[in-house]
Amino acid sequence: MPIEISLKTVDREITRKIKEISGEPLTKCMQCGTCSGLCPMEESGDISPRGLIHLVNLGQKDLVIKAEFSWLCASCYRCELRCPRGLDIPKIVEAIRLLKLRLNEDYVKPFEIEEERIYELPQIAMVSSFRKHTA
Amino acid sequence: MKLGYYPGCTLKTKAKNLEDSAIESMKALGIELIELDRWNCCGAVYSLADDDLVHILAPVRDLIRARDQGFDKVVVLCSMCYNTLARANLLMREDEVKRDALNNFMEEENDYKGEVEVVHYLEVLRDEIGWDKLAEMVKNPLTDWKIAPYYGCTLTRPATISIDEGLSHTIFDDFIKAIGAESVSWDEAETCCGSYQIIANPEAASKTVSMIVTSAKAKAADILALSCPLCEYNVGRRQADLLSEDSDPLPTFYFTQLLAMALGLDDKVSRMELNTPQARDWLKAKELVSEAV
Ligand code: SF4
Ligand code: SF4
Repeated sequence: MPIEISLKTVDREITRKIKEISGEPLTKCMQCGTCSGLCPMEESGDISPRGLIHLVNLGQKDLVIKAEFSWLCASCYRCELRCPRGLDIPKIVEAIRLLKLRLNEDYVKPFEIEEERIYELPQIAMVSSFRKHTA
Repeated sequence: MKLGYYPGCTLKTKAKNLEDSAIESMKALGIELIELDRWNCCGAVYSLADDDLVHILAPVRDLIRARDQGFDKVVVLCSMCYNTLARANLLMREDEVKRDALNNFMEEENDYKGEVEVVHYLEVLRDEIGWDKLAEMVKNPLTDWKIAPYYGCTLTRPATISIDEGLSHTIFDDFIKAIGAESVSWDEAETCCGSYQIIANPEAASKTVSMIVTSAKAKAADILALSCPLCEYNVGRRQADLLSEDSDPLPTFYFTQLLAMALGLDDKVSRMELNTPQARDWLKAKELVSEAV
C-alpha cells in the first residue's frame, strides 16, 4: 500500500497522543513483524499490528483512524510476550481504539445484539465487548 | 483450611457448572472456599490505557473486600476475572503514583497496597495440595481419556501475572495427569479463542476457534479442558456454527468438572445439563451420566 508522506498527511500529534494514552515508547518499534506473525486476528484484519504501529509512527492520522484492525485486536497478549523491543502492543492498539471511542461513537451497538444471543452469551462476553467497543 | 473466593458474574449464572463442581471438589480435598460477603463485577478486562484509572476501581474494591474480611488470599476460577484482579493487584503493589490516586479517590476505604494475593484455583491445587497428593485422593482415575489442556490467554499472559513460570507452561498438563488422564500436547493450547470479538466480529473469532478445534482433533484429543466461560462459549458452543455436519464436534468441559468426576463426587455437582450437547453426548456414550442429563 503506497503511503503519501507529506506535510499534508503527516500529523505528529497522533503519534504523541497514542504515546500518551498507551504510555508505550512506540517509536522503539523496529518493524520486525514478530507481532504480526503471532497475531490470531491478523488474517481477518485490513492491516497487521506491525503495519498499524508503523502508521502511527509516521503520523498518518487518517489511515490510523480508518484502520479496522484496532477494533479486531482481542488483547490476547501473544505478541507482547515476544516483541524484541518490549512493547506492549495491545496497549498501543487500545489507545487507538480509545481515540475513536472518546469521540463518543460506539463500535458495537448493544441494542442491535440479537435477543437470542443475549440469552446465551456469558456475562463476561458482553461486559468485555462493551468495555472494548463502546464509548 | 479456608480461603477467600471471588466468583464473578458468569459463575453465578451461565457457568454454574464451573462454580459448583469447583466448590464441592475443593471441599472433598479439605479446603473450604468462602465466598466474599460483598463483591462486584471486576469489569472482565483490565484497562490498558495509561490515563484511565476509573476502570481499575472495580477490581481493587473486590480486593479491599477480601482484605477487610480477613483473607490474605483470594481464589478465582474464571480466567478473565483472574487476569483483571491479578493485574489490578500488581498495579496497587508496584505503581505508587496510581495507587495513591486510587486510594485518595476511595476515601471511605482504608488504603490498599496489594496485601491480598490473587490466586487461580489451579494454583491452589498445585501449591496447597500438590499433584502427588491429589493423585492419591483420586477415586476414579480418568484412565484412557485423552484431554487437551486449553490454557487460553488470560491465565498466563502477560507473563507478570502468569499462573505458571517460564514460557512453556505445564500446570494444566500436570493437573490432567494427576486425575489419571493423558494430557495431549498440542499447538494451540494458548491460542486466543477470539474472546469478546465473538460479538462484534464473529467471523474473525470463528477462524481462530476452527484452528483450535482442528489442532486438538489432529492430536486425537477426546475432549478439551478449560477454565474460562468465554472460551467455553466460543470454542464449545459456537463450534456448531463452524463444523460441517459430518464432522464430530469436540466436547468441552470445565477442568473442575473433570476433577469432581475423578474424585468420585455425585454427578449433580457438575451440572452437566449446562454443558454443550456434544459434551453430554460424549458422557452418555461413556455411560457416565444418565439419559436425564
Ligand atoms: S514485535 Fe515489536 S518491534 Fe517487532 S514489529 Fe511488532 S511492535 Fe515492532
Ligand atoms: S494482543 Fe492484539 S495485536 Fe497482539 S496478538 Fe493478540 S490480537 Fe494480535
